[in-house]
Amino acid sequence: MKFGVVIFPGSNCDYDTFYVLRDTFKQDTVFLWHKEHDLKNADCVILPGGFSYGDYLRSGAIAKFSPLMQEVKEFALKGGLVLGICNGFQILMELGLLPGAMLRNKNLKFLCQFVNLKLENDKTHFTHNGKRGDVLEIPIAHYEGNYFAPPDKIHELETNNRVVLRYSDAEGRINEEANVNGSLGNIAGIINKTGNVMGMMPHPERASEALLGSTDGRIIFQSIIDRIES
Amino acid sequence: MIDKKLLEEHNLTTEEYERIVELIGREPNITELGIFSLMWSEHCSYKSSKIHLKQLPTKGKNVIQGPGENAGIIDIGDGLAAVFKIESHNHPSFIEPFQGAATGVGGILRDIFTMGARPIALLDSLRFGLLTNPQNKPIMDGVISGISSYGNSIGVPTVGGDVYFNDCFSLNPLVNVFCLGIVERDKIFYARAEGEGNPVLYVGAKTGRDGIHGATMASAEFGEDLEEKRPNVQVGDPFKEKLLLEACLEVMAKNLIVGIQDMGAAGLTCSTSEMAAKSGSGIEIDLDLVPQREEGMTPYEIMLSESQERMLIVSKKEKMKEVQQIFAKWDLDAVPIGQVTKGGKLKVKSNGETVVDLPVDAIINLCPVYERKSKPPSYLKSAHKLPSLPSENHNNSLRKLLSSPTIADKEWVYRQYDHMVQTNTALLPGGEASVLRVKDKKKALAITLDGNSLYSYLDPRTGGKIAVAEACRNLACVGARPVGVTNCLNFGNPEKPEIMWQFKEVIQGIAQACKVFDIPVTGGNVSFYNETEGSPVYPTPVIGVVGIIEDISKVIDPGFREEGNLVVLIGNNKQEIGASEYLKSVFGLERGMPPQIDLEEEKRVQEFCREVISLGILQSAHDISEGGLASCVAESCFLNEQKIGCYIEIKDDIETDALLFGETQSRIVVSTQKHNLQKLLTLAQKRNVIATLLGETKGKKLIIRHLDEDVVNLSIEEAFKLWKEAIPEVYKIQ
Repeated sequence: MKFGVVIFPGSNCDYDTFYVLRDTFKQDTVFLWHKEHDLKNADCVILPGGFSYGDYLRSGAIAKFSPLMQEVKEFALKGGLVLGICNGFQILMELGLLPGAMLRNKNLKFLCQFVNLKLENDKTHFTHNGKRGDVLEIPIAHYEGNYFAPPDKIHELETNNRVVLRYSDAEGRINEEANVNGSLGNIAGIINKTGNVMGMMPHPERASEALLGSTDGRIIFQSIIDRIES
Repeated sequence: MIDKKLLEEHNLTTEEYERIVELIGREPNITELGIFSLMWSEHCSYKSSKIHLKQLPTKGKNVIQGPGENAGIIDIGDGLAAVFKIESHNHPSFIEPFQGAATGVGGILRDIFTMGARPIALLDSLRFGLLTNPQNKPIMDGVISGISSYGNSIGVPTVGGDVYFNDCFSLNPLVNVFCLGIVERDKIFYARAEGEGNPVLYVGAKTGRDGIHGATMASAEFGEDLEEKRPNVQVGDPFKEKLLLEACLEVMAKNLIVGIQDMGAAGLTCSTSEMAAKSGSGIEIDLDLVPQREEGMTPYEIMLSESQERMLIVSKKEKMKEVQQIFAKWDLDAVPIGQVTKGGKLKVKSNGETVVDLPVDAIINLCPVYERKSKPPSYLKSAHKLPSLPSENHNNSLRKLLSSPTIADKEWVYRQYDHMVQTNTALLPGGEASVLRVKDKKKALAITLDGNSLYSYLDPRTGGKIAVAEACRNLACVGARPVGVTNCLNFGNPEKPEIMWQFKEVIQGIAQACKVFDIPVTGGNVSFYNETEGSPVYPTPVIGVVGIIEDISKVIDPGFREEGNLVVLIGNNKQEIGASEYLKSVFGLERGMPPQIDLEEEKRVQEFCREVISLGILQSAHDISEGGLASCVAESCFLNEQKIGCYIEIKDDIETDALLFGETQSRIVVSTQKHNLQKLLTLAQKRNVIATLLGETKGKKLIIRHLDEDVVNLSIEEAFKLWKEAIPEVYKIQ
């Protein structure tokens, strides 16, 4: 299979994601340039973390106008797998592929740290290698990761099992203390209605090698690979 | 007309002005005066420090580039080189903490990628006034937010550094920023303007009026007119710099250019004249072609602007179009503004007229050099004497030390920094040193910054030695061999003989230590005039050391790993208590003689530590520094998930407070599995190093017995909480 990693001006986890896919998972991986209209036949498109367009105006707000985003949108609407990580998640929301918006973290500071995440839905293309209730240790690094959506949207996400990851404690308990950035419902990752577009604030590419302290992020990439290859 | 007042505004003395007139054979015009004022400022010219800096050893077999370029370069093997440097941004950070610190980060990053290296790590050495003084809280908050905003956005991890607190930094915070990059050995670029007729390209942000006189500002003391200086601070745009970084690395990778120089302090003036001076050539530019953000800027303003995120490139003539295409891809302009000429002149045109016509040699190389007067400060006469101290409860003293912000946990700081981006961070911040893997290689790089201002205040030569020794000791604790040093020397006004004496002594100390450890100094930065309203900072040498770890799988950290391990002290306890954090935190005393150091003994201790780490017989290693043995062991107890207690018994016949809290050098507390103890002790003897069994890791308490009495008995949970919460407590939203 083939992964495509999009580079926006200001992306900064593009190479990290590329490296993990190519060197750790040994997958065919290509960069996709935001100014082009070519997905290069990728089976899964990843919007990586970073500060696209400096995150000026609003995180992800300018990136959504990149030429390539037309193709990404069409690809997603046809059922192609799209994963947005951190800034990529923010862009997916701006594109309207995922509901909600990110507010500033509740302590009004950038936060870079390992967090515990409870896996809430193990039936998705992105998480079927894990088990519901698993607690994953994956780092976050963001200033605006405080998930917000109006009550009806939250209700829709919750009742359709579309919240995939939540900030939890080490035992998988969902509580305010574990909610590092103040997200509604401790939401850290969600999926779209059709199950092919996922956004998550934590960085699985930073938790895919033992040397970096955790390999829990591998579940995400391995799930995608297994699903596409089967 | 150039008069005394104008000279004063330009921070030039009458003698300096006369020298300028003599060198150029006429009176300079106002733009030319501005150019001299910048390039002959202390900040750019090192006129007071130059002759003393010569004492630092700068050579070594792995040195590719020593001082004098944008950054130093060390060969790290495998065809790769490490490019690194530290710079201060003290003055701007006091005037405008957020932007001051942010642009400090931007500046040091440009120094690194200008040489063709991709920056892979940032570290910061920060000094603030006490947090009990409310005016210091927003300064620290602003500086940290500024660093965080710039480094995080551009995607270079801020992986470590240090933070100290002392009253003397209340009106003079120190912000020293270090950056490390990696480059292939044969792809290094330099600031050269070669090849007559080659185009000079201006790339990056447009020029505005920001930062005019920044370098001059950094070369004077502050009085009460701080608010007026705020417009001298530049504003950073990390997004623009990220584009610049990618575009520059791309044109360098494709070998399209001859030379490149960033426009940092002294902007267009410095980059044009330095590039020409280094190549013995000249440069001619036309200011009408310089992209400008504001209307009606004078030649003076354009030449002196310190707008950020700009670079000057000398392109190969036939490759200019290709260079421009790459910059266009990154949405940046690359505008030809002039060309390389013969004859060693800087010629600047504006509106068809020549507004600058100066020999670059005069600007760059013929600045006066001063051997300023020096004499020992009078405070030293009484500062070494200690009053007799009342006896204190040692548990309480340890509590105070662990919650003193200088020793307490800095997670509140470093979790605001993206310290993981680029996925090389093998050891998270908060340990002995930062460890970065080199992708696809077995080896890793270790980096640390260090510098105790109080030691240097009370005994500058020893302070200089210890700064180097402790930085290297930190590296030894992760198993790294030091290969290169960069230093940032922060002092008061060098025109005062007492300050100059401190400076000379510190340099002596650094030079001695570097010689003994056999590590070259590859560059750095001198920051003088760290004085506000006549009160200088303590002399603060900040030493950055880069080390190599041959096998990353051998790296250990400072926390105990399991119960039932043995705790061993490498080194020797001594009756030394002066200049300690203990005296400061418990008694409010900043006095006494700092611990003395035997550099040869230090070297043996470090070599031994590295050897036993490479043999894989240590579980943890933590060096003893501020807070002494007791703080060190307490940290080893809680710097792990399990929070492991420890029982220690010491029989040394020295006073208990000195034993627990004295900061005697050349000591490392390690832990080892029982079956490795004999091996460890035997090898120590062989290497002429003292190693003493102290006790065992067990239980949930730290118990230290001295001469058959429990002198410390503290629960690890409590110790951890005090250490963990001290800084967040200060910033808690009420």
